[in-house]
Amino acid sequence: MTRARRIIWTRLVLIAGAVGLIELLCRLGIITPLTIIAPSQMAFELARMMASGELVRPAAYTFMEVGSAFAVSVVAGGALGALVHARPRLRRALDPLLGSWYAVPFFVFYPLLVALFGLNALPLIAIGVIFAAPAMMLSTLAGLDRVPRVMRKVARVHRLSRVQEVRLITLPSAAPHLFTGLKLAFAYSFIGIIAGEFILSGGGLGYGIAYAYESFENRKMYALMLFVLLIATGVNGALHVWDGRLARRWGRT
Amino acid sequence: MTRVYPGVTPVHALGPLDLDLARGEFFSVVGPSGCGKSTLLDVLAGLSPPTAGKISFEGRPVVGEVPDGIGVVFQEDASFPWLAVRDNIAFGLRRAGTEPAEIARRVAYAVGFMGLDDFADAFPAQLSGGMRQRVCIARTLVLQPRLILLDEPFGALDQQTRLLMGDELLRLWRETGSTILLITHALDEAALLSDRVGVMSARPGRFIDLVSTGWARDRDSRIASDPGFGAITARLWAALRPESIKAMGRTAL
Repeated sequence: MTRARRIIWTRLVLIAGAVGLIELLCRLGIITPLTIIAPSQMAFELARMMASGELVRPAAYTFMEVGSAFAVSVVAGGALGALVHARPRLRRALDPLLGSWYAVPFFVFYPLLVALFGLNALPLIAIGVIFAAPAMMLSTLAGLDRVPRVMRKVARVHRLSRVQEVRLITLPSAAPHLFTGLKLAFAYSFIGIIAGEFILSGGGLGYGIAYAYESFENRKMYALMLFVLLIATGVNGALHVWDGRLARRWGRT
Repeated sequence: MTRVYPGVTPVHALGPLDLDLARGEFFSVVGPSGCGKSTLLDVLAGLSPPTAGKISFEGRPVVGEVPDGIGVVFQEDASFPWLAVRDNIAFGLRRAGTEPAEIARRVAYAVGFMGLDDFADAFPAQLSGGMRQRVCIARTLVLQPRLILLDEPFGALDQQTRLLMGDELLRLWRETGSTILLITHALDEAALLSDRVGVMSARPGRFIDLVSTGWARDRDSRIASDPGFGAITARLWAALRPESIKAMGRTAL
Protein backbone atom coordinates (compact mmCIF):
# COMPACT_ATOMS: atom_id res chain seq x y z
CA MET A 1 0.00 0.00 0.00
CA THR A 2 1.35 3.45 -0.90
CA ARG A 3 1.85 6.12 1.73
CA ALA A 4 -0.97 8.26 0.32
CA ARG A 5 -3.34 5.30 0.40
CA ARG A 6 -2.40 4.49 4.00
CA ILE A 7 -3.15 8.08 4.98
CA ILE A 8 -6.57 7.90 3.30
CA TRP A 9 -7.36 4.67 5.10
CA THR A 10 -6.25 6.10 8.45
CA ARG A 11 -8.51 9.10 7.82
CA LEU A 12 -11.48 6.88 6.96
CA VAL A 13 -10.90 4.70 10.01
CA LEU A 14 -10.76 7.80 12.26
CA ILE A 15 -14.02 9.17 10.86
CA ALA A 16 -15.75 5.79 10.95
CA GLY A 17 -14.50 5.29 14.51
CA ALA A 18 -15.87 8.65 15.67
CA VAL A 19 -19.25 8.02 14.01
CA GLY A 20 -19.33 4.48 15.42
CA LEU A 21 -18.56 5.78 18.91
CA ILE A 22 -21.39 8.34 18.77
CA GLU A 23 -23.72 5.63 17.44
CA LEU A 24 -22.77 3.36 20.34
CA LEU A 25 -23.12 6.07 23.01
CA CYS A 26 -26.52 7.03 21.62
CA ARG A 27 -27.72 3.44 21.45
CA LEU A 28 -26.58 2.80 25.02
CA GLY A 29 -28.49 5.88 26.19
CA ILE A 30 -25.36 7.58 27.50
CA ILE A 31 -26.12 10.40 25.04
CA THR A 32 -29.84 11.19 25.21
CA PRO A 33 -31.85 11.70 21.99
CA LEU A 34 -32.53 15.26 23.19
CA THR A 35 -28.84 16.01 22.73
CA ILE A 36 -27.89 13.97 19.65
CA ILE A 37 -29.75 11.27 17.80
CA ALA A 38 -27.81 8.24 16.58
CA PRO A 39 -26.00 8.83 13.24
CA SER A 40 -27.89 5.91 11.70
CA GLN A 41 -31.16 7.64 12.60
CA MET A 42 -29.92 10.85 11.01
CA ALA A 43 -29.12 8.98 7.81
CA PHE A 44 -32.44 7.15 7.93
CA GLU A 45 -34.38 10.39 8.44
CA LEU A 46 -32.41 12.06 5.64
CA ALA A 47 -33.24 9.19 3.28
CA ARG A 48 -36.91 9.48 4.26
CA MET A 49 -36.91 13.25 3.63
CA MET A 50 -35.28 12.72 0.26
CA ALA A 51 -37.78 10.02 -0.70
CA SER A 52 -40.77 12.09 0.39
CA GLY A 53 -39.57 15.09 -1.61
CA GLU A 54 -39.69 17.51 1.31
CA LEU A 55 -35.97 18.21 0.89
CA VAL A 56 -36.36 19.40 -2.69
CA ARG A 57 -37.65 22.91 -2.00
CA PRO A 58 -35.18 24.02 0.70
CA ALA A 59 -32.25 22.36 -1.07
CA ALA A 60 -33.13 23.94 -4.42
CA TYR A 61 -33.48 27.33 -2.75
CA THR A 62 -30.10 27.07 -1.05
CA PHE A 63 -28.38 25.73 -4.17
CA MET A 64 -29.85 28.59 -6.18
CA GLU A 65 -28.48 31.09 -3.65
CA VAL A 66 -25.08 29.44 -3.33
CA GLY A 67 -24.81 28.99 -7.10
CA SER A 68 -25.67 32.64 -7.74
CA ALA A 69 -23.29 33.93 -5.06
CA PHE A 70 -20.54 31.62 -6.34
CA ALA A 71 -20.99 32.65 -9.97
CA VAL A 72 -21.08 36.37 -9.18
CA SER A 73 -18.06 36.02 -6.86
CA VAL A 74 -15.99 34.16 -9.42
CA VAL A 75 -16.76 36.58 -12.24
CA ALA A 76 -16.57 39.78 -10.18
CA GLY A 77 -13.64 38.61 -8.01
CA GLY A 78 -11.70 37.43 -11.05
CA ALA A 79 -12.36 40.63 -12.99
CA LEU A 80 -11.50 42.86 -10.02
CA GLY A 81 -8.36 40.79 -9.38
CA ALA A 82 -7.24 41.28 -12.99
CA LEU A 83 -8.04 44.99 -12.85
CA VAL A 84 -6.18 45.55 -9.58
CA HIS A 85 -3.24 43.49 -10.84
CA ALA A 86 -2.91 45.84 -13.79
CA ARG A 87 -2.92 48.90 -11.50
CA PRO A 88 -0.11 48.62 -8.93
CA ARG A 89 -0.97 51.89 -7.20
CA LEU A 90 -4.61 50.86 -6.72
CA ARG A 91 -3.33 47.55 -5.43
CA ARG A 92 -1.11 49.16 -2.82
CA ALA A 93 -4.08 51.27 -1.71
CA LEU A 94 -6.37 48.23 -1.44
CA ASP A 95 -3.91 45.81 0.16
CA PRO A 96 -4.64 46.61 3.84
CA LEU A 97 -8.39 46.63 3.17
CA LEU A 98 -8.28 43.21 1.53
CA GLY A 99 -5.98 41.91 4.25
CA SER A 100 -8.45 42.78 7.00
CA TRP A 101 -11.56 41.93 5.00
CA TYR A 102 -12.46 38.79 6.92
CA ALA A 103 -12.18 40.59 10.27
CA VAL A 104 -15.43 42.46 9.52
CA PRO A 105 -18.71 40.81 10.67
CA PHE A 106 -20.64 41.48 7.48
CA PHE A 107 -23.92 40.13 8.83
CA VAL A 108 -24.41 43.51 10.53
CA PHE A 109 -25.03 44.94 7.07
CA TYR A 110 -28.06 42.72 6.53
CA PRO A 111 -30.58 45.53 7.31
CA LEU A 112 -28.83 47.72 4.76
CA LEU A 113 -28.87 44.91 2.18
CA VAL A 114 -32.61 44.34 2.77
CA ALA A 115 -33.21 48.06 2.33
CA LEU A 116 -31.24 47.91 -0.92
CA PHE A 117 -32.53 44.65 -2.41
CA GLY A 118 -35.83 43.97 -0.62
CA LEU A 119 -36.98 40.96 1.38
CA ASN A 120 -35.98 38.15 -0.94
CA ALA A 121 -32.96 35.97 -1.73
CA LEU A 122 -30.85 38.87 -2.98
CA PRO A 123 -29.59 40.17 0.41
CA LEU A 124 -28.37 36.64 1.25
CA ILE A 125 -26.73 36.22 -2.14
CA ALA A 126 -25.07 39.59 -1.54
CA ILE A 127 -23.71 38.32 1.79
CA GLY A 128 -22.40 35.21 0.02
CA VAL A 129 -20.69 37.44 -2.56
CA ILE A 130 -19.22 39.70 0.13
CA PHE A 131 -17.69 36.60 1.71
CA ALA A 132 -16.54 34.85 -1.44
CA ALA A 133 -15.53 37.52 -3.97
CA PRO A 134 -12.43 38.78 -2.10
CA ALA A 135 -11.10 35.22 -1.82
CA MET A 136 -11.43 34.86 -5.60
CA MET A 137 -9.88 38.27 -6.09
CA LEU A 138 -6.87 37.48 -3.89
CA SER A 139 -6.35 34.14 -5.62
CA THR A 140 -6.54 35.85 -9.01
CA LEU A 141 -3.90 38.34 -7.90
CA ALA A 142 -1.68 35.53 -6.60
CA GLY A 143 -2.16 33.60 -9.85
CA LEU A 144 -1.34 36.56 -12.09
CA ASP A 145 1.68 37.41 -9.94
CA ARG A 146 3.05 33.97 -10.64
CA VAL A 147 2.73 34.01 -14.42
CA PRO A 148 6.43 34.03 -15.40
CA ARG A 149 7.42 37.25 -17.17
CA VAL A 150 8.93 35.25 -19.99
CA MET A 151 5.42 34.04 -20.94
CA ARG A 152 4.61 37.60 -22.02
CA LYS A 153 7.52 37.46 -24.44
CA VAL A 154 6.55 33.98 -25.65
CA ALA A 155 3.09 35.34 -26.45
CA ARG A 156 4.64 38.14 -28.49
CA VAL A 157 6.99 35.80 -30.31
CA HIS A 158 3.94 33.79 -31.36
CA ARG A 159 2.22 37.05 -32.30
CA LEU A 160 -0.82 36.38 -30.12
CA SER A 161 -3.44 39.08 -29.70
CA ARG A 162 -4.11 40.28 -26.14
CA VAL A 163 -7.26 38.11 -25.96
CA GLN A 164 -5.41 35.04 -27.30
CA GLU A 165 -2.61 35.64 -24.82
CA VAL A 166 -5.03 35.73 -21.89
CA ARG A 167 -6.89 32.63 -23.11
CA LEU A 168 -3.93 30.53 -24.22
CA ILE A 169 -1.18 31.59 -21.83
CA THR A 170 -2.19 33.80 -18.91
CA LEU A 171 -5.22 31.85 -17.71
CA PRO A 172 -3.67 28.36 -17.98
CA SER A 173 -0.50 29.65 -16.37
CA ALA A 174 -2.46 31.06 -13.43
CA ALA A 175 -4.89 28.12 -13.35
CA PRO A 176 -3.74 26.45 -10.12
CA HIS A 177 -4.26 29.65 -8.14
CA LEU A 178 -7.50 30.44 -9.92
CA PHE A 179 -8.67 26.99 -9.00
CA THR A 180 -7.83 27.59 -5.35
CA GLY A 181 -9.93 30.74 -5.72
CA LEU A 182 -12.86 28.67 -7.02
CA LYS A 183 -12.53 26.30 -4.10
CA LEU A 184 -12.49 29.09 -1.55
CA ALA A 185 -15.28 30.97 -3.32
CA PHE A 186 -17.49 27.88 -3.09
CA ALA A 187 -16.69 27.31 0.58
CA TYR A 188 -17.25 30.95 1.53
CA SER A 189 -20.48 31.26 -0.49
CA PHE A 190 -21.80 28.10 1.13
CA ILE A 191 -20.86 29.17 4.66
CA GLY A 192 -22.18 32.72 4.16
CA ILE A 193 -25.49 31.57 2.70
CA ILE A 194 -26.19 28.77 5.20
CA ALA A 195 -25.27 31.02 8.14
CA GLY A 196 -27.40 33.80 6.68
CA GLU A 197 -30.38 31.52 6.23
CA PHE A 198 -30.17 30.54 9.88
CA ILE A 199 -30.99 34.00 11.09
CA LEU A 200 -32.18 36.04 8.17
CA SER A 201 -34.27 33.90 5.85
CA GLY A 202 -37.65 32.29 5.34
CA GLY A 203 -36.38 29.39 3.24
CA GLY A 204 -33.46 27.15 2.40
CA LEU A 205 -31.51 24.50 4.31
CA GLY A 206 -30.16 26.87 6.99
CA TYR A 207 -33.66 28.11 7.69
CA GLY A 208 -34.90 24.50 7.77
CA ILE A 209 -32.35 23.61 10.44
CA ALA A 210 -33.22 26.67 12.54
CA TYR A 211 -36.96 25.98 12.16
CA ALA A 212 -36.58 22.33 13.14
CA TYR A 213 -34.49 23.38 16.13
CA GLU A 214 -37.12 25.83 17.34
CA SER A 215 -39.92 23.35 16.95
CA PHE A 216 -38.02 20.53 18.73
CA GLU A 217 -37.86 18.35 15.59
CA ASN A 218 -34.53 16.83 16.47
CA ARG A 219 -34.57 14.13 13.81
CA LYS A 220 -35.27 16.58 11.04
CA MET A 221 -32.69 19.03 12.33
CA TYR A 222 -29.92 16.44 12.44
CA ALA A 223 -30.91 15.02 9.06
CA LEU A 224 -30.62 18.47 7.50
CA MET A 225 -27.31 19.09 9.26
CA LEU A 226 -26.01 15.80 7.91
CA PHE A 227 -27.16 16.77 4.42
CA VAL A 228 -25.35 20.13 4.60
CA LEU A 229 -22.18 18.42 5.83
CA LEU A 230 -22.34 15.81 3.07
CA ILE A 231 -22.77 18.47 0.38
CA ALA A 232 -19.93 20.61 1.75
CA THR A 233 -17.49 17.71 2.13
CA GLY A 234 -18.56 16.12 -1.16
CA VAL A 235 -18.05 19.25 -3.26
CA ASN A 236 -14.89 20.22 -1.42
CA GLY A 237 -13.50 16.68 -1.71
CA ALA A 238 -14.12 16.63 -5.46
CA LEU A 239 -12.47 20.04 -5.87
CA HIS A 240 -9.57 18.88 -3.70
CA VAL A 241 -8.90 15.87 -5.93
CA TRP A 242 -9.01 18.07 -9.03
CA ASP A 243 -6.78 20.63 -7.35
CA GLY A 244 -4.24 17.90 -6.55
CA ARG A 245 -4.19 16.82 -10.19
CA LEU A 246 -3.59 20.38 -11.37
CA ALA A 247 -0.86 20.93 -8.79
CA ARG A 248 0.93 17.74 -9.87
CA ARG A 249 0.75 18.64 -13.52
CA TRP A 250 1.97 22.21 -12.94
CA GLY A 251 4.77 20.84 -10.77
CA ARG A 252 3.63 22.47 -7.55
CA THR A 253 3.40 19.38 -5.37
CA MET B 1 21.20 51.37 -33.07
CA THR B 2 21.00 52.25 -29.38
CA ARG B 3 18.63 51.37 -26.60
CA VAL B 4 18.05 53.62 -23.60
CA TYR B 5 15.62 52.63 -20.87
CA PRO B 6 13.62 55.75 -20.08
CA GLY B 7 12.97 56.78 -16.48
CA VAL B 8 13.91 59.38 -13.89
CA THR B 9 17.54 58.47 -14.53
CA PRO B 10 17.56 56.94 -18.03
CA VAL B 11 19.75 53.85 -18.37
CA HIS B 12 21.81 53.69 -21.54
CA ALA B 13 21.76 49.92 -21.98
CA LEU B 14 23.04 49.35 -25.46
CA GLY B 15 24.99 50.79 -28.34
CA PRO B 16 25.57 52.53 -30.52
CA LEU B 17 26.23 49.33 -32.39
CA ASP B 18 25.93 48.08 -35.91
CA LEU B 19 25.64 44.41 -36.81
CA ASP B 20 25.03 42.51 -40.03
CA LEU B 21 24.27 38.81 -39.88
CA ALA B 22 24.87 36.78 -43.01
CA ARG B 23 22.20 34.26 -43.99
CA GLY B 24 23.05 30.85 -42.54
CA GLU B 25 25.66 32.23 -40.17
CA PHE B 26 26.16 31.05 -36.59
CA PHE B 27 26.88 34.19 -34.60
CA SER B 28 27.48 34.31 -30.85
CA VAL B 29 27.50 37.26 -28.52
CA VAL B 30 29.62 37.25 -25.36
CA GLY B 31 29.90 40.06 -22.89
CA PRO B 32 30.16 40.87 -19.20
CA SER B 33 27.01 40.53 -17.10
CA GLY B 34 24.69 43.49 -17.37
CA CYS B 35 26.19 44.65 -20.69
CA GLY B 36 22.87 44.54 -22.51
CA LYS B 37 23.08 41.13 -24.22
CA SER B 38 19.46 40.29 -23.48
CA THR B 39 18.43 43.81 -24.45
CA LEU B 40 20.16 43.25 -27.79
CA LEU B 41 18.15 40.08 -28.32
CA ASP B 42 14.88 41.80 -27.38
CA VAL B 43 15.58 44.62 -29.81
CA LEU B 44 16.64 42.29 -32.64
CA ALA B 45 13.53 40.17 -32.15
CA GLY B 46 11.23 43.17 -32.21
CA LEU B 47 10.22 42.64 -28.58
CA SER B 48 11.39 46.13 -27.67
CA PRO B 49 12.11 49.06 -29.98
CA PRO B 50 15.56 50.63 -30.40
CA THR B 51 15.75 54.16 -29.01
CA ALA B 52 17.69 55.25 -32.08
CA GLY B 53 18.55 53.45 -35.29
CA LYS B 54 16.70 50.65 -36.99
CA ILE B 55 16.54 46.89 -37.32
CA SER B 56 15.70 45.04 -40.46
CA PHE B 57 15.16 41.39 -41.19
CA GLU B 58 15.42 40.12 -44.76
CA GLY B 59 15.29 43.70 -45.95
CA ARG B 60 12.09 44.62 -44.11
CA PRO B 61 12.10 46.86 -41.03
CA VAL B 62 11.34 45.23 -37.68
CA VAL B 63 8.80 47.47 -35.99
CA GLY B 64 6.60 46.70 -33.02
CA GLU B 65 6.19 42.96 -33.51
CA VAL B 66 8.26 39.84 -33.97
CA PRO B 67 8.50 39.24 -37.74
CA ASP B 68 7.46 35.96 -39.29
CA GLY B 69 10.55 33.79 -39.69
CA ILE B 70 12.20 34.72 -36.38
CA GLY B 71 12.16 32.22 -33.52
CA VAL B 72 13.31 32.98 -30.00
CA VAL B 73 14.45 30.66 -27.21
CA PHE B 74 14.70 32.33 -23.83
CA GLN B 75 17.01 31.81 -20.91
CA GLU B 76 14.14 31.05 -18.54
CA ASP B 77 12.07 27.90 -18.74
CA ALA B 78 9.24 28.97 -21.02
CA SER B 79 7.60 25.57 -21.49
CA PHE B 80 3.87 25.48 -20.82
CA PRO B 81 3.30 23.29 -17.74
CA TRP B 82 -0.33 22.67 -18.70
CA LEU B 83 0.52 21.05 -22.04
CA ALA B 84 2.14 17.69 -22.72
CA VAL B 85 5.51 17.88 -24.50
CA ARG B 86 3.88 17.07 -27.85
CA ASP B 87 1.31 19.86 -27.46
CA ASN B 88 3.95 22.28 -26.21
CA ILE B 89 5.90 21.71 -29.40
CA ALA B 90 2.80 21.95 -31.59
CA PHE B 91 1.70 25.24 -29.99
CA GLY B 92 3.00 27.64 -32.61
CA LEU B 93 1.97 25.43 -35.53
CA ARG B 94 -1.60 25.26 -34.23
CA ARG B 95 -1.65 29.05 -33.88
CA ALA B 96 -0.46 29.35 -37.46
CA GLY B 97 -3.30 27.08 -38.65
CA THR B 98 -1.01 24.41 -40.06
CA GLU B 99 -2.66 21.21 -41.36
CA PRO B 100 -2.99 18.57 -38.59
CA ALA B 101 -1.07 15.99 -40.64
CA GLU B 102 1.76 18.45 -41.20
CA ILE B 103 1.75 19.36 -37.49
CA ALA B 104 2.00 15.69 -36.56
CA ARG B 105 4.86 15.18 -39.02
CA ARG B 106 6.89 18.18 -37.86
CA VAL B 107 6.27 17.50 -34.18
CA ALA B 108 7.31 13.86 -34.57
CA TYR B 109 10.50 15.00 -36.29
CA ALA B 110 11.29 17.60 -33.62
CA VAL B 111 10.56 15.16 -30.81
CA GLY B 112 12.99 12.66 -32.35
CA PHE B 113 15.57 15.30 -33.18
CA MET B 114 15.60 16.62 -29.63
CA GLY B 115 15.72 13.13 -28.11
CA LEU B 116 12.32 13.46 -26.46
CA ASP B 117 10.76 10.30 -27.93
CA ASP B 118 10.10 8.70 -24.57
CA PHE B 119 8.64 11.88 -23.13
CA ALA B 120 6.31 13.10 -25.87
CA ASP B 121 3.27 12.55 -23.67
CA ALA B 122 4.91 13.70 -20.42
CA PHE B 123 4.30 17.09 -18.87
CA PRO B 124 7.16 19.56 -18.34
CA ALA B 125 7.02 19.11 -14.55
CA GLN B 126 8.11 15.51 -15.11
CA LEU B 127 11.21 16.57 -17.06
CA SER B 128 14.63 17.88 -16.06
CA GLY B 129 15.59 21.51 -16.72
CA GLY B 130 17.66 20.53 -19.75
CA MET B 131 14.82 18.54 -21.26
CA ARG B 132 12.39 21.39 -20.73
CA GLN B 133 14.78 23.70 -22.54
CA ARG B 134 14.88 21.14 -25.37
CA VAL B 135 11.08 21.31 -25.49
CA CYS B 136 11.34 25.08 -25.91
CA ILE B 137 13.94 24.70 -28.65
CA ALA B 138 11.73 22.12 -30.38
CA ARG B 139 8.74 24.48 -30.10
CA THR B 140 10.78 27.07 -31.97
CA LEU B 141 12.34 24.61 -34.40
CA VAL B 142 9.04 23.23 -35.76
CA LEU B 143 8.12 26.70 -37.00
CA GLN B 144 11.18 26.46 -39.27
CA PRO B 145 12.42 29.95 -38.47
CA ARG B 146 15.02 31.43 -40.76
CA LEU B 147 16.61 33.28 -37.85
CA ILE B 148 16.80 31.70 -34.40
CA LEU B 149 17.70 33.93 -31.47
CA LEU B 150 18.81 32.10 -28.35
CA ASP B 151 19.31 33.90 -25.04
CA GLU B 152 21.64 31.79 -22.88
CA PRO B 153 19.46 28.74 -23.47
CA PHE B 154 21.87 26.44 -21.65
CA GLY B 155 22.59 28.81 -18.78
CA ALA B 156 21.02 26.58 -16.16
CA LEU B 157 22.69 23.36 -17.32
CA ASP B 158 25.83 21.61 -16.14
CA GLN B 159 28.93 21.82 -18.31
CA GLN B 160 28.66 18.35 -19.88
CA THR B 161 25.01 18.76 -20.77
CA ARG B 162 25.83 22.18 -22.21
CA LEU B 163 28.45 20.71 -24.52
CA LEU B 164 26.07 18.02 -25.75
CA MET B 165 23.26 20.52 -26.19
CA GLY B 166 25.70 22.66 -28.17
CA ASP B 167 26.32 19.70 -30.47
CA GLU B 168 22.57 19.33 -30.95
CA LEU B 169 22.30 23.00 -31.73
CA LEU B 170 25.04 22.68 -34.35
CA ARG B 171 23.26 19.73 -35.92
CA LEU B 172 20.02 21.70 -35.97
CA TRP B 173 21.80 24.63 -37.58
CA ARG B 174 23.39 22.42 -40.25
CA GLU B 175 20.21 20.54 -41.06
CA THR B 176 17.88 23.53 -41.17
CA GLY B 177 20.19 26.08 -42.72
CA SER B 178 18.86 28.71 -40.30
CA THR B 179 20.82 31.72 -39.18
CA ILE B 180 21.57 31.54 -35.46
CA LEU B 181 22.34 34.26 -32.97
CA LEU B 182 23.36 32.81 -29.62
CA ILE B 183 23.82 34.89 -26.52
CA THR B 184 26.04 33.24 -23.96
CA HIS B 185 28.33 34.09 -21.09
CA ALA B 186 30.46 31.00 -21.72
CA LEU B 187 33.50 31.84 -23.84
CA ASP B 188 34.24 28.21 -24.69
CA GLU B 189 30.67 27.72 -25.88
CA ALA B 190 30.94 30.76 -28.16
CA ALA B 191 34.34 29.64 -29.45
CA LEU B 192 33.15 26.08 -30.14
CA LEU B 193 29.87 26.77 -31.83
CA SER B 194 30.21 29.94 -33.82
CA ASP B 195 31.32 31.13 -37.22
CA ARG B 196 31.74 34.58 -35.68
CA VAL B 197 31.73 35.86 -32.13
CA GLY B 198 30.87 39.41 -31.14
CA VAL B 199 32.50 40.58 -27.90
CA MET B 200 30.53 43.25 -26.12
CA SER B 201 31.82 45.97 -23.83
CA ALA B 202 30.51 46.71 -20.35
CA ARG B 203 27.30 48.77 -20.32
CA PRO B 204 26.37 50.45 -22.59
CA GLY B 205 27.13 47.36 -24.66
CA ARG B 206 28.98 47.90 -27.94
CA PHE B 207 30.94 45.43 -30.04
CA ILE B 208 34.61 45.80 -29.20
CA ASP B 209 35.77 42.81 -31.21
CA LEU B 210 34.35 40.54 -33.88
CA VAL B 211 36.20 37.23 -34.02
CA SER B 212 35.87 34.86 -36.99
CA THR B 213 36.58 31.30 -35.96
CA GLY B 214 37.06 29.76 -39.38
CA TRP B 215 35.59 26.39 -38.34
CA ALA B 216 34.28 24.01 -40.97
CA ARG B 217 30.48 23.81 -41.12
CA ASP B 218 30.59 20.16 -40.16
CA ARG B 219 31.84 20.34 -36.58
CA ASP B 220 31.01 19.41 -33.02
CA SER B 221 32.32 19.92 -29.51
CA ARG B 222 35.34 17.71 -30.21
CA ILE B 223 37.01 20.70 -31.88
CA ALA B 224 37.87 21.66 -28.29
CA SER B 225 41.05 19.65 -28.92
CA ASP B 226 41.94 21.81 -31.93
CA PRO B 227 44.80 24.22 -31.12
CA GLY B 228 42.76 26.99 -32.74
CA PHE B 229 40.12 26.62 -30.06
CA GLY B 230 42.48 27.73 -27.29
CA ALA B 231 43.68 30.66 -29.40
CA ILE B 232 40.14 31.85 -30.09
CA THR B 233 39.08 31.51 -26.45
CA ALA B 234 42.20 33.40 -25.40
CA ARG B 235 41.46 36.20 -27.84
CA LEU B 236 37.88 36.45 -26.59
CA TRP B 237 39.07 36.61 -23.01
CA ALA B 238 41.74 39.18 -23.81
CA ALA B 239 39.06 41.48 -25.19
CA LEU B 240 36.55 40.70 -22.50
CA ARG B 241 38.72 40.79 -19.37
CA PRO B 242 39.00 44.58 -18.96
CA GLU B 243 35.28 44.91 -19.65
CA SER B 244 34.41 42.29 -17.06
CA ILE B 245 36.59 44.09 -14.53
CA LYS B 246 34.76 47.32 -15.36
CA ALA B 247 31.37 45.61 -14.99
CA MET B 248 32.42 44.05 -11.69
CA GLY B 249 33.65 47.37 -10.36
CA ARG B 250 30.34 48.91 -11.21
CA THR B 251 28.49 46.12 -9.45
CA ALA B 252 30.75 46.49 -6.41
CA LEU B 253 30.00 50.19 -6.27
